Amino acid sequence: MRRTQKDVEDSARTITRRGLMLGGAMTAMVAALGVRMRYLQVDQAEEFKLLAEENRVSIELIPPGRGLIQDRNGKLIAGNEQNYRVVITREDAGDVDLVMHRLAGLIPMTSEELEQTLSEVKKNAAHVKVVVKDRLDWNDFSKVAINAPALPGVIPEVGLSRIYPRGYDFAHVVGYVGAVSQKDIDEQEDPDPLLRLPKFQIGKIGSERWMEKVLRGRAGTRQVEKNAFGRVMRELGREEGVAGGDIRLTIDADLQNFAQARLGEESAAVVVMDIKNGDLLCCASAPSFNPNLFVRGISYSDYAALTENDHRPLANKAVSGAYPPGSTFKMVTALAALGAGAIDLGHKVNCPGYMEYGGRRFHCWSRSGHGTMTLTQSLQKSCDIYYYDIAQRVGIDKMAEMARKLGLGMRHDLQMSAIVPGTIPDRAWKQESYGQDWRIGDTINASIGQGYVLASPLQLAVMTARIASGRSVVPRLVRMIDGKEIPAAQAAPLGLEERFLAAMRQGMWDVVNSQAGTARSNRIVDPTMVLAGKTGTSQVRNITAAERATGVIRNEQLPWRRRDHALYVGYAPFDNPRYSVAVIVEHGGGGSTAAAPIARDVILSALAGGRPPIAAYPQDQRGRIESMLKDLPLRDPETGVLTSSDQA
Amino acid sequence: MAFFENRLKQAPTGIRKVLYLNWQVIVLVTAVSAVGILMLWSVAGGDFNLWAKRQAQVFAAGMVLMFIVAMVPVWFWRSMAGIAYLTSFVLLIIVDLYGVVGMGAQRWIDIGPLRLQPSEMMKFSLVLMLAAYYDWLDIRKVSKPLWVLIPVFLTSLPTVLVLMQPNLGTSLMLLMAGAAVMFAAGVSYWYFAAVIGLVVGAVVAVFQSRGTDWQLLHDYQFRRIDTFLDPSADPLGAGYNIIQAKIALGSGGWSGKGFMQGTQSRLNYLPEKQTDFIFSTLAEEFGFVGAFSLLILYALIIGFCLISALQNRDRFSSLLIIGVAANFFFYIAVNLSMVMGMAPVVGVPLPLMSYGGSAMLVILVGFGLMQSAHVHRPR
Repeated sequence: MRRTQKDVEDSARTITRRGLMLGGAMTAMVAALGVRMRYLQVDQAEEFKLLAEENRVSIELIPPGRGLIQDRNGKLIAGNEQNYRVVITREDAGDVDLVMHRLAGLIPMTSEELEQTLSEVKKNAAHVKVVVKDRLDWNDFSKVAINAPALPGVIPEVGLSRIYPRGYDFAHVVGYVGAVSQKDIDEQEDPDPLLRLPKFQIGKIGSERWMEKVLRGRAGTRQVEKNAFGRVMRELGREEGVAGGDIRLTIDADLQNFAQARLGEESAAVVVMDIKNGDLLCCASAPSFNPNLFVRGISYSDYAALTENDHRPLANKAVSGAYPPGSTFKMVTALAALGAGAIDLGHKVNCPGYMEYGGRRFHCWSRSGHGTMTLTQSLQKSCDIYYYDIAQRVGIDKMAEMARKLGLGMRHDLQMSAIVPGTIPDRAWKQESYGQDWRIGDTINASIGQGYVLASPLQLAVMTARIASGRSVVPRLVRMIDGKEIPAAQAAPLGLEERFLAAMRQGMWDVVNSQAGTARSNRIVDPTMVLAGKTGTSQVRNITAAERATGVIRNEQLPWRRRDHALYVGYAPFDNPRYSVAVIVEHGGGGSTAAAPIARDVILSALAGGRPPIAAYPQDQRGRIESMLKDLPLRDPETGVLTSSDQA
Repeated sequence: MAFFENRLKQAPTGIRKVLYLNWQVIVLVTAVSAVGILMLWSVAGGDFNLWAKRQAQVFAAGMVLMFIVAMVPVWFWRSMAGIAYLTSFVLLIIVDLYGVVGMGAQRWIDIGPLRLQPSEMMKFSLVLMLAAYYDWLDIRKVSKPLWVLIPVFLTSLPTVLVLMQPNLGTSLMLLMAGAAVMFAAGVSYWYFAAVIGLVVGAVVAVFQSRGTDWQLLHDYQFRRIDTFLDPSADPLGAGYNIIQAKIALGSGGWSGKGFMQGTQSRLNYLPEKQTDFIFSTLAEEFGFVGAFSLLILYALIIGFCLISALQNRDRFSSLLIIGVAANFFFYIAVNLSMVMGMAPVVGVPLPLMSYGGSAMLVILVGFGLMQSAHVHRPR
């Protein structure tokens, strides 16, 4: 349309006016932006500079090397091995599928592993390292390294991981490490930030767990510049950590190995203790397991095999197993009676094979009876009736007191898992546990270490050491931390009359060395290593009157689960006690046949500081024992490598 | 036609037109674009090929396009306004129906190698259309309700379509550009006052209703508005970008960390560092001095455009230039407010700086229109 001059003028005026207003508004806005800019960049610059610094610098932990665990002589029990592994990062790999398939052709990998790694790689951010394969052998590892040009993004790495070179021998004492669980973190008030590191391992059971603080060390830190995706761009600073402290146990690795091999596939345990300072030289439990499996993450089937085994390989029977100590408890009963003045050393009891009390008949293991028994004879022949008699005279409370004095019924604090206190019953205990009054029958049962009485092999070894030394020896497991010797406290005297203890020792000598001793076949003939001991056979079932009438069923005819436990406690040399030993063979039958031979072999090995000397055995046994010892799967004392067939 | 009433003969012709271009604007635009290319080089960590190279190529192509558009007489563009608007409108509908989903929104149509972003086309089509409308309309009818309603529809229809993609940033830009042209054309203040009043009233009512019996929105909707308005309440989600951008900006300080030394952007803390948040990289590396200088450059571009618009006695040309300048300004204002934490994040690029071929081309075509109007102004 045509526009008049006036319209054009009007239009121009309007546009000029409005345009100027728009320009003014825009100027105001620009000014506001400028002010804001100044506020952020000049007034608040310092604060934002700080924030930017925090943003890009992050602190990373460097895990310290875990402390070693060694035996008393410095032989390696738990160490760190170089772990060859292959990791891959997606961003460097390019075609991940192609690279992974090439890799699978080089190193042993199942197709499931391949699939799993691939999906993990794709799930994670591009720069995240994903472990393709752990614990490669050197051959496969070097194959990957050589083929590096064809494998972009694949990095062969060397890390440290825990290894137990003596595998089975120390599975129960030392335990193992494993991945940190939420429970591990929750248990601690102020959890070490190290625990949150991926792949970090923590002591799960045994010394690994109870010495965790020493072994772990302190983390180092490094300051790194990271981008928002978390990729490390460069290192800005570094502070080295402190490696974990090394620990030396009191255990002798060779003795432990011998004991473990000697126990074989029995469900059994043996403890050897130094009588002078309480050092545990051996603490073996069989059957055992391979702790290295747990470090790597045990497979379901392996774990099921361990839990379903009726010999319970996972349990540390030496400290966690509580058994009726049977006749090995008789010294406690006798010492209680002597100490309380209930009997004197000349006390005699006639054993007709049974004893009537309150309408119940209590049997001696010998149906025909032992006749008149003195104190030492009662030990020698393990007459039960003698102890039924003296127990009634002294009463359960005094017996319990003596048991505790000798180290039973209490938890010995060692750096091991699941140490049980056992049970030493008394009136108060029964009232508390069962809400029942104590009966005289309970005392009679307790007098021969049956009924409610329960003790672990560790406790029995302590008991024997205390009887042999007259001092309240305290067991210990750790000898040195980080090269510093831990002084063994001088054990205080038990406060028992020496003549009472001497009577016990004499009785134990008679058990092993006299003609009529129950363990005569297990004597040591070397005069410098004379063994004194006490056998024990504890029932795990009730023998009914009907069974007694027809003759007690022999152990060999019973199913394994119902057979008696075989026990043995002892010490040697008799005249200058050095070591005490305690053995339990679960459902092993008689203490003299199943437990005593093991105890003798192990204590001989301890005394000899190596293989038991054949000359120490009675002449007629040497041939049999020599061939038995020859077949034991022992480790080379120097290298720790199994000399015969490998258990692993 | 308005042109024939003026002394058309004095308008330059042929190659002489080049001398009559608004060279101040061309120099300033080139300067800002050069800074943009430099920054893209820097945020790529010294990799020129990643973004900077392509941006430079697009800029070169865009400059050629700008010259071509500038050489074509402005009355041709006026006659094209309706077609451009209709085409853009139809394409917007198509993209809503069939478009490729990018970043969670449908924005472009792929036609062979060409990636068509109709919302970008709509930006100058709308300005063209409204300028042409007000050029055609009797200036006495400008504020008559019926004649106000038409441009309101012309603006709001594409706005709604873009909003549905959903692309809040661009739809807001369309709305404001339309409003700016209407305002410049002389639509009565009362309309603007009424609209502003209504919007403010509605917002106040919605917020006042919160927690009362007659609450107008659901609680979760309120919470969404809260994080939208105050991103620091959600530092790892919606607030992450804005907080990191502010850190980048603030840590630049007075003179910056130096070219290629920005830790925030180099280390990828800055999201969208090459697109919407490019300014924070500049501010981090060149500090307040660099950032403020850029702001001045932008202000100068707009200033020269406005001067050109006010000097132009052709109604269509004036409105066209004001529309282009206002559009350019709104982009800058919204982007900078967003980056500096003064406005919610709405996804608006910084013109001439942000990486993105389509936006760059559209802006340069816009300046081509402005130059055409400038060259062919009545004398």
